[in-house]
Amino acid sequence: MNAVSLISDNIYSILVILMWSMVVFVPILIGVILAVYGDRKIWAAVQKRKGPNVVGPFGLLQVPADGLKYIFKEIIIPDGADKILFILAPILTFALAIAAWSVIPIQAGAALSNINVGILYIFAISSLGVYGILIAGWSSNSKYPFFGALRSAAQMVSYEVSMGFVIVTVLMCVGSLNLTDIVMAQKNIWFFIPLFPMFVVFFISALAETNRPPFDLPEAESELVAGYQTEYSAIPFVLFFFGEYANILLMCSLTTILFLGGWLPPFDIAPFNMIPGFIWFLLKLIFVFYMFAMVKAFVPRYRYDQLMRLGWKVLLPVSLIAVVLTSSILFFFNLAPDLI
Amino acid sequence: MKILNKLKAFFLIDFIRAYVLAQKYFFRKKSTLNYPYEKGKLSPRFRGEHALRRYPSGEERCIGCKLCEAVCPAQAITIETEPRDDGTRRTTRYDIDMVKCIYCNLCEESCPVDAIVQGPHFEFSTETREELYYDKEKLLSNGDRWESVLAANLEADAKYK
Repeated sequence: MNAVSLISDNIYSILVILMWSMVVFVPILIGVILAVYGDRKIWAAVQKRKGPNVVGPFGLLQVPADGLKYIFKEIIIPDGADKILFILAPILTFALAIAAWSVIPIQAGAALSNINVGILYIFAISSLGVYGILIAGWSSNSKYPFFGALRSAAQMVSYEVSMGFVIVTVLMCVGSLNLTDIVMAQKNIWFFIPLFPMFVVFFISALAETNRPPFDLPEAESELVAGYQTEYSAIPFVLFFFGEYANILLMCSLTTILFLGGWLPPFDIAPFNMIPGFIWFLLKLIFVFYMFAMVKAFVPRYRYDQLMRLGWKVLLPVSLIAVVLTSSILFFFNLAPDLI
Repeated sequence: MKILNKLKAFFLIDFIRAYVLAQKYFFRKKSTLNYPYEKGKLSPRFRGEHALRRYPSGEERCIGCKLCEAVCPAQAITIETEPRDDGTRRTTRYDIDMVKCIYCNLCEESCPVDAIVQGPHFEFSTETREELYYDKEKLLSNGDRWESVLAANLEADAKYK
């Protein structure tokens, strides 16, 4: 069986796979475009500016125009760079950012693949995301990208630990790793009320995980030019940028699923539960993203040692104590859920 | 106090207050000026593009005293003079290198006859450097073009001089 017949025999299933990947990719593309636009608008509003408002209606076409500009620019590969890794890094970041979206349920049963270990899968994929940054920093063979990559690696490792513990507390209340089950377990009460401290810790860790201000040390422009993106131009840069915002949206939707009840309406009564689930999901996602953007607008950047202190000496103990506390309460009051 | 501060930090009090402040500013009126379509108000003292003015009769004001050339700290002004047929001294050349000029307004202040002035026009960028070497003809045409505004500005500012 040669390659040609392998393709021609499976042409139908290949087309189906391509179609499904478009089903994920196109909404994320639109989402990212709107997210960048919203980010700039919110940031501008806090600073009493108007933000992009010239290109297209309300400036909505500013982001596609910028993207188009980048696509027509030259891809510059530095002489000293490791060419293969240099090109591979943005592709990796981009691909991983997209891949994690395949398990996010935006409505009951409306996930691309409803796997049993969804949360573990997302956690694994988002941990892999650091490789894109590390490889970019290393292969650029230049000092600022290298520093940016080192910082990013340290930051992601530190904050992933407390994030993991936060997820553990949620999982103990649910009894399943399946994202749909996690949402359905919040039918009576959204988890951000009983687990409010965990919600805050998760939010802060999510900011650090996605390199958002005040944790944007890997790309701190005042000290590292642009961090690991310094040597990148044109399409590789767009891929990094896209991956970054796709990750931010992923973290927002993860916050929504874990703490804000996913697609569930706030009250299960007439006017609320008539609105379809994905609209509730989008509304919550927009709210969390709004908070992400606001934090960017009013918090100054942490110093490197402050970042490490916050991660290891504040968030980690807090989330550890919370794990012990939650499990004790669940055990002694007999509230622990049956394993689904 | 130390414990209080620790508690404040732990409960993110500062962050909540910062958020409230940011949210307040979020709804404030925008101070953006939609520049090419909207323009800010200019003071009568605004120091923009230079112009050489004329008397209402059409006669040039400049008498070729070269005070502006002497006072110009950037040495952007070059003047050559000759007596005219009627015996008055007039410039045969009045060049301003707008690239050298630092827009300090000393030429206008030194001028005894209000001939050289800096007007309100500031959007005179060009595509080549040569276009910014203004000669007498260009400066006089600027004066003709902006005369009404220039005169009004000079009058508005006269009582403070």
